[in-house]
Amino acid sequence: MSNILETDGERLLVAVRDLLAAKGLASTQEILERMAITDAASPGQGARMVAKAWVDPDYREIMLADGTVAAGALGIPMRGAPPLGVLENTPELHHLVVCTLCSCYPRAVLGYPPFWYKSAAYRARAVRDPRGLLAEWGTVLPEGMRLRIVDSTAEYRWMVLPMRPAGTEGWTEEQLAAIVREGDMIGVTVPKLG
Amino acid sequence: MFAPGTPVQVKNDWPETRGPVHIRTPHYLRGVKGMVVRHLGTYPNPEDLAFARPAKPVPLYHVAFDQRALWQEGAAGDEVLVEIFEHWLEPL
Amino acid sequence: MCEPVDVEPHALTDFDREVDALRQVLGMKNIMTVDELRRGIEAMPEADYLRLSYYRRWIRSITYTLLRKGVITEAELAATLERR
Repeated sequence: MSNILETDGERLLVAVRDLLAAKGLASTQEILERMAITDAASPGQGARMVAKAWVDPDYREIMLADGTVAAGALGIPMRGAPPLGVLENTPELHHLVVCTLCSCYPRAVLGYPPFWYKSAAYRARAVRDPRGLLAEWGTVLPEGMRLRIVDSTAEYRWMVLPMRPAGTEGWTEEQLAAIVREGDMIGVTVPKLG
Repeated sequence: MFAPGTPVQVKNDWPETRGPVHIRTPHYLRGVKGMVVRHLGTYPNPEDLAFARPAKPVPLYHVAFDQRALWQEGAAGDEVLVEIFEHWLEPL
Repeated sequence: MCEPVDVEPHALTDFDREVDALRQVLGMKNIMTVDELRRGIEAMPEADYLRLSYYRRWIRSITYTLLRKGVITEAELAATLERR
């Protein structure tokens, strides 16, 4: 079967899709529906969870105990998704998420993994040279803050609950969610104002 | 089952040298000592799922490793936290 | 590998999104697992792995897996490619 696998990917996709449809195994409609559901997931969902955890201590506790339950409580579709774990950043400990074996990513709450997350450079350096890697994002951990790299190798998907930045006292959940970016929830960056 | 705080060593085994396999234990941890942080649940063995074989449920743990000891460089106190299946762990 | 990380966004193409969705549908229907996808990617010759884009690896692994399991046959695939 080696030669036929050399066929260009776009042609393989069309042919496999036709065959699966002809056999009644998977229809184009089902694939399009799945695309729409996948496209709907975005870092905005994870950001809503973070903002709620910042203002609601009970929610924060639920989120740290079981990310899947916490996401579901905000109406984020989690059915069929791998279990979601949440890692809390503190003044003593910063978390950085990577998948050295492939590209496991908390897609249900952050959407498609970004290109850099899937790159060989990120996957290798996150475990080997994590502080050098963080510096490329302009993230320099304060003196005395330990770093915990979480290599997402198996069943769980991990997201980071970053620390709430100073100067956001009295902000609404919506205002807080707006400053939380994708990288903050993987740990390459931390939330900043402006 | 390993309790939290149990010192363990990842098996220094390289099944990929013996034939086609799919393994969720990264190369850089083979033979390395770490500590069980917690049991994450019990899941069908991906090494079997990857070949569409019947997959026995195996306990999965979060195991912490000293980051600097892995590479002989880095910052003191940094650690790597990794999901490892029980059949890859030996008690110390 | 120990090079600066490319942080450009590289937006997904329709092809990328469709391969991603196809993989999910095959998983939900118990036709193939994500573990089989990974295994198929790892089984690829290194030169092909390095040459192909992320989702081109995926469609190749999906095709390899479906052929290996007999979900589709090489003759059917060849005939379909011919028609297209």
